[in-house]
Amino acid sequence: MFKRYPFLFSVLLLGYAFLYLPIISLIVYSFNESRLVTVWGGFSTKWYGELVNNGPLLDAAWLSIKIGAMNATLSVVLGTLAALALVRFRNLRGHQSLGVMVTAPLVMPEIIIGLSLLLLFVAMEQLIGWPAGRGQVTILLAHVTFSMAYVTVIVQSRLAHMDRSIEEAALDLGARPVKVFFRITLPMIAPALMAGWLLAFTLSMDDLVIASFVSGPGSTTLPMVVYSSVRLGVSPQINALATIIIGVVAMAVLIAGVVLYRKEMRKQQEG
Amino acid sequence: MNGPVKLIPQTPLEKMRSLVSGRAVILGTPWFWLALFFVLPFLFVLKISLSEAQLAQPPYLDWIREVEDGLVTIQLNFGNYLMLFEDELYRDALWGSFEVASISTLLCLLLGYPMAYAISLSPNHWRLPLLMLIILPFWTSFLIRVYAWIGILKGNGLLNQLLLGLGIIDTPLEILHTPVAVYIGVVYSYLPFLVLPLYATLVRLDNTLLEAAADLGARPWKQFLKVTLPQSVPGILAGSMLVFIPVMGEFVIPDLLGGPDTLMIGKLMWTEFFSNKDWPLASALASVLLLVLIIPFVLMRHYEQKVAEREQK
Repeated sequence: MFKRYPFLFSVLLLGYAFLYLPIISLIVYSFNESRLVTVWGGFSTKWYGELVNNGPLLDAAWLSIKIGAMNATLSVVLGTLAALALVRFRNLRGHQSLGVMVTAPLVMPEIIIGLSLLLLFVAMEQLIGWPAGRGQVTILLAHVTFSMAYVTVIVQSRLAHMDRSIEEAALDLGARPVKVFFRITLPMIAPALMAGWLLAFTLSMDDLVIASFVSGPGSTTLPMVVYSSVRLGVSPQINALATIIIGVVAMAVLIAGVVLYRKEMRKQQEG
Repeated sequence: MNGPVKLIPQTPLEKMRSLVSGRAVILGTPWFWLALFFVLPFLFVLKISLSEAQLAQPPYLDWIREVEDGLVTIQLNFGNYLMLFEDELYRDALWGSFEVASISTLLCLLLGYPMAYAISLSPNHWRLPLLMLIILPFWTSFLIRVYAWIGILKGNGLLNQLLLGLGIIDTPLEILHTPVAVYIGVVYSYLPFLVLPLYATLVRLDNTLLEAAADLGARPWKQFLKVTLPQSVPGILAGSMLVFIPVMGEFVIPDLLGGPDTLMIGKLMWTEFFSNKDWPLASALASVLLLVLIIPFVLMRHYEQKVAEREQK
């Protein structure tokens, strides 16, 4: 391929270098003994040690993981419902408007989502007394609102490309729609649900802007801690944290990728 | 899902039943969630943008007020919008955002198009791993990826060390806290959003047209310009809007990589809100930004549907 399209594949390689060099530099410098980026002070894991003893950062990480997991679960439920409605109920009233409302959060600048939700929460508190103050609950509500849109896109494409003959067979044999959904549809779209859950989790773990608007005192998430330390300059502890996050993500994606790849290859061999 | 489907209920009883039917619940739950937490909030943004700032909790004066028992006054304040038009700072920020968003969309295209095209031309079993490599960075923290560039671009950072070491430059380049750093950060963060929809259109292109062009003696470059490029326009536009719209409101990248002269509307909104505690002005800025973004959003929906239709074929 490289010989046939030398230009295209050079750009592709260049693009990958551009995407990965910064990440590699973070990983390398997380093991740097010296505090300075410019000096290589020898191999050391001391920043990981400091990270493990950084109380506020660990608290924030734990809060983010909690919100992330709850957000992912709720988003998968709502996103799957939305995807089902969008793919299968084209004639139902509200189909069009749901389509618009699901696409908009994907591109809506975070800063607008954050500000508008904060104003809503403040007004709701004045009117009905709920949510009283802001914190975990308001962050969760905000995160679900934009995460479910991503889940919808993933599940939607899976549903649209799904072979429906098995479902139809089950319905012909007299199974109730609810049963068909849980016994046939759900297992068939399970990979999409898994991908959606993971994406919603990372989106929540990663959000700085929206959480800054809708969080209250005492609910500081991981990105908020990272942001305030990054503003002060390069910090080796953040490099170590980044390396851990990248390691976990790379592992998860690698495993998912290998599974997907094998499945795809098997399908091609059969077909 | 099965059986005879009644779309228009006839009797009130049937109407009731269809309201609480499974399908209605499936569609209604996400619908109401989004209506409550995504659409309704914009009305509050509009409302607050017309009020006056004051030192209180919350820091604005509601324009619908009960003065006496039952007597309600409405006092609209258009001052925030007037200020946005009169003060050069806000106009420059809006223009700055537009400039950064359009130039970085173009840069993303210049880098992303060849990448997507190369992936679509590569052998079948290569495509999935190559795509995974594009998506992988997107799964790691956005904030941390932007932060990585601080270490690379700063005065004594990696890039300058490398260039000095190679003898290409004598004095360190000043890149961090300049517009160049902002462009690098934006292209780096948003590239996957453009590559994916582009790949989706390119991989489904009709190859017979290309073969016909080749048979008729068109040179590769001409084949590309006359056949491939026009066919991929929906993918180009859908992907471009996926970059352009969010970058218009970007805050993190201009804040961490940009300098004091990088004026962007997202950063300004953040300052008005968190530092100046001027909620009404921040809301007015948000309303203007929303209004500006409606056109690209409609364009995006249109071309995304085109891409989806092509995929269905």
